[in-house]
Amino acid sequence: MNPIPVDAIKSTLSDARLQNAIYSSTARLMDKRAHAIAPDAIDDFQGLRTQANAIKRHAIDNLDYYLEQLEQNVIARGGKVVWCRDAGEAIQFVLQLSREKGVKRIVKSKSMTTEEIDLNEHLEHGGIEVVETDLGEYILQLAHEKPYHIVAPALHKTRYDVADIFTETLKVERVEEPEQQTQVARRVLREKFITADLGITGANFLIADSGAIVLVENEGNARLSSSAPRIQIAIAGLEKIIPRAQDLATFLKVLGRSATGQPLTVYTSFLSGPRRPGEIDGPEEFYLVLMDNGRTRLLADEGKRQSLYCIRCGACLNHCPVYRKIGGHNYPWVYSGPIGAIISPQFHGVTQDPWLPFASSLCGACSEVCPVKIDIPQVLLELRADITHAKRKEGAGQWERRAFRLFSYVMRRPRLYEMAAAMASSVFPGSRGAWLRSLPRLLRLPPVMGWLSHRDLPPPPERSFRALWRERQRAKGGN
Amino acid sequence: MSAREEILTRIRASLGRANSTGAPAGLPPSRIVIPDVPLERRIEKFTAALEKLNGKVHRASSRDDARDYVERLLHGRTAVTSNAPFVAECGVLTLPNVKPGGSDPLPLRGMCATLDAGITSADYALSDTGSLVMLSSNEEARMVSLLPPLHVALVPLDRLLTGLDELYSILPVPSDRTSSMVFITGPSRTADIEQILVRGVHGPGEIHVVLV
Amino acid sequence: MADVLERLGYQIDFPEAQTCCGQPAFNSGFWEEARGVARHFLDTFEGDGPIVVPSGSCSAMCSHHYADLFQDDPAQMARVKAISSRVYEFSRFLTEVVQVDDLGASFPHTVTYHDSCHALRELKIKAGPRQLLSKVRGLTLKEMDAAEECCGFGGTFSVKFPNVSGGMAQTKLDSILRTGASHIVSIDSSCLMQLQGVISRQELPLKTIHLAEVLASR
Repeated sequence: MNPIPVDAIKSTLSDARLQNAIYSSTARLMDKRAHAIAPDAIDDFQGLRTQANAIKRHAIDNLDYYLEQLEQNVIARGGKVVWCRDAGEAIQFVLQLSREKGVKRIVKSKSMTTEEIDLNEHLEHGGIEVVETDLGEYILQLAHEKPYHIVAPALHKTRYDVADIFTETLKVERVEEPEQQTQVARRVLREKFITADLGITGANFLIADSGAIVLVENEGNARLSSSAPRIQIAIAGLEKIIPRAQDLATFLKVLGRSATGQPLTVYTSFLSGPRRPGEIDGPEEFYLVLMDNGRTRLLADEGKRQSLYCIRCGACLNHCPVYRKIGGHNYPWVYSGPIGAIISPQFHGVTQDPWLPFASSLCGACSEVCPVKIDIPQVLLELRADITHAKRKEGAGQWERRAFRLFSYVMRRPRLYEMAAAMASSVFPGSRGAWLRSLPRLLRLPPVMGWLSHRDLPPPPERSFRALWRERQRAKGGN
Repeated sequence: MSAREEILTRIRASLGRANSTGAPAGLPPSRIVIPDVPLERRIEKFTAALEKLNGKVHRASSRDDARDYVERLLHGRTAVTSNAPFVAECGVLTLPNVKPGGSDPLPLRGMCATLDAGITSADYALSDTGSLVMLSSNEEARMVSLLPPLHVALVPLDRLLTGLDELYSILPVPSDRTSSMVFITGPSRTADIEQILVRGVHGPGEIHVVLV
Repeated sequence: MADVLERLGYQIDFPEAQTCCGQPAFNSGFWEEARGVARHFLDTFEGDGPIVVPSGSCSAMCSHHYADLFQDDPAQMARVKAISSRVYEFSRFLTEVVQVDDLGASFPHTVTYHDSCHALRELKIKAGPRQLLSKVRGLTLKEMDAAEECCGFGGTFSVKFPNVSGGMAQTKLDSILRTGASHIVSIDSSCLMQLQGVISRQELPLKTIHLAEVLASR
C-alpha cells in the first residue's frame, strides 16, 4: 500500500514555472477542443460520442469474436499475429525476433502501450539500440523520463530544458528556438530512420473486418517507422479493437477533436500486412502483437468494463482540475489523469495505490468531455468502495472506518444528531459568526488540520436550524 | 495452453461464456452520412480547410496550367515524381530538375531523401478536412509524399469527395485494395515544445495541392 | 428557501427526523454506512409531495446514487424510485415546477454565479439559476471565465488532499476576483463553505451567498 506522494505533490504545486506550463498547455488544448466541437465546426458531435460509445461497448462485449476476426484478416493479408499474455511475453517476442533477424537498430513511434511495458529499457538491456522518434518522446528518452501527458508527453519541458538536454546528450550547438530544435531532431532522426532494421509502432485502432491497424499522428514519424524499416511490429492492447473500417468515420471525427482540436491529425495511416506484390515500398514483414497484460481482468467487472473503451485522447487530463494541479508524474503509472486513476487500480490491484481513486473531487469534467462517454466518476466511486472493502479485510484504515461508523450511527438518530450539534455550538460560545483559524488541542484531528491548512472553518451556528424553525412555526401558530 | 488460447479463454470467462458464439448480434449500424455538396462548394471547403493549415491550393484550368504552376513553384528546385499516370499526363516530367522515381525502392528512397520536392497524385481528396488520400500501389510509393521537404499533389477534380463518410462508403474495406492508405492533412507539424507550432518535423513542411 | 416557497403559497413541512443524505460516507467508499443513513432518509421522507433540497449535491445523491446503494435490494429500489422522482433541487423546483422566475427579490450588488459540479453535470442545471438571478432588482450578474470549474471541495477530498483542494479554490477565486463581483452565488452550500474558508483566511473582499438567500432578499 503506497502512501500519497505528499512531498512530490507539494513540490509540483510550489513550482510556479511548472504550474504555469501545465495550466497554460491544458488550457490551450481545452480551448482548441471547444472550437473544434462547436456546432458550426461539426454536425452533431454529441451524436458521434453516443455512436462511439455504442460501438465500443459492443466491441468489448464481444471481444473474443472480433479478435479472432482481426487475426484471420491480418493473416489473410500476409501479416502475423502474436498473442501475449503479459509484458514479459511481448518483450521476449521483440527481443527474439530482433536476434533472429539481425536487428541492430529500432525506430519507435509514440505508443503508450510500449511505455506501459517499459519496452525501451528492456530492449536496450538486450543490447539493441531503440530510438523514440516522436519529438516529445525523443526529448524524454534523452532525459530518461516518462511521458507527462498521454498526447503531449513533454508538456512539462521548456525550450530551455530542451536546449540543455540536446546539448548534453547530442553534443550539438545550443539552440533555444523550438523551430531550430525541431530541425536538430529531424536531422538526427532522419539518419536513424534510414538505417533502422525494425520499426515499432502502437495502434490507435485495430480494425477487425480489415485486419488493419490505424495510426494517428502529426509529425510523420509513425509513417516513417511503419514504412522505412524492413520489418514492422505494431504493439497494441487488445481493447483497441473496433469492428469495421466504416466505424472510423465516427472515431476519427471524435479522436482528433478531443485530443488536440484537430478535425483530422496530419497523418492517419491505415495499415494492413506487409508491402504487397506490385507495391513499391513498405515493410517486408508485419507483426501485430496483441497484448493482454491485465486487460482481461478488467473485463470481468461489468460496471467498470467501460474503462476499456478509452481511445487515449487525453481530453480528461486537460479538463481535470486535479491533473492541472499535480501534473502527470505524481500519478503512479504512465497513464495519468482521470483515466489513469481508474485503470491503474484495475491493472495493479486496488490496494497498491489506495489513495489514487480518492484524489478526485468527483467534479465530472472528465466524463463530460470523454469522446467514448466513459463514466469516470462512477468508476471512481465503485473503486473507492472496493478499496474500503479491501482495507476492511486487511484491517487497515481503522480510524476512518470508525469515523464513518459513528457518522452513520448519529445520522440515523435525529435526537442524538441534534444534541451533537448543540454541543458543537457550546464549544465556541464566543465566535460570534467569525470563521475559525485554529481549534482547541483536543479537536486538532488530521482531517480538521488538513482543512485548516488552507481555509478557515465555519463556526457552528449559535442557534440550530431546528431551533429557528420551531420558533418560526410557533410565531406562525399564534396567528 | 498457448497464449492465444489462454487469452481467448480468459476473455470468454470474463464475459461469462464458455465458447465462441459466432457473429454477435447488436452491432450498431455504421454511421455514414454523405451530404450532397456541389463541386464548387467542395473546392471552396477543401481550399479553406487546407489553407487554414498553411497548405496551398491551386485550381488549375488545364493540365498545362498545372504543369506551369509546378514549374513556377519549383523555381529551380529538384523533384522526384511518383509513377502516377496523371502526373506524367500533366507533363511534369518534361520540367527541368524533375526525375521519375521509378519502382526500385532503394534508388527511389535515395532520391526522396536528397531531392527538394516529391510530386504525386492522390487517389482521393476530402473537402471537409483538406486531406489527400494516398493508397500505396505500383503508382504511388509511400516515400515520395513523406521524405522530401516539399510535397506537391496533382489531383483531378473528380476525385474530390466530401469527407470521411463518402470515402468509407467507396472503400468499406480499404485493405482489400492496399497495404497502406494514408490521409495527409496539411504539412507535418508538432507542438511538443511549449505548445509552439513548428512545421516540417519528419514529413514535408510545405504542401501544395493542384486541383486540375 | 422556506420564505421564498411560502411566499409562492406552498405549505412547508420540515420533518424534524431528517439528518443527512449519506453522501459523505458513499463518496468515501463506505457504502454500508451510507446505506444506513439513506434508509433513514427514505423513512423520514416517506409520503408524497415534492421534496425541495437547497443543494445540488444532496439532490444528486438521492436522485442518482441511491440507486447504486440499493441495486441488489428490489424492495428498497422501489422506494428509491418513488423518492427520487420527488426530489427537486431548489432552483429547478422554481423554474420547472412552479415555473416562476421573478420572485420580487431585490439585491443591489454585482454577483458572479458558481456552477456547482453536481448540479451542472449530474442534474444538468445551468440556465435556471441565471434566469432567476436576472429578475432580481438591482442585481448585476458578471460571469467568470471559470464558472464551470470545480471549487475543489469534493467532500473528504478537501481534507485528504488539502493543498490540491486549496490550489483549486485559489484558481477559482482568481477567476472570481477578475469579475469585480462582491458576491459569489451558488446553489450548493458545500462549495460556498470551501470558497468562504479561503476568503476568510486570505481576507478577500468577497462574500458567499446561497441563491435562496438572494431570492429571499427584499
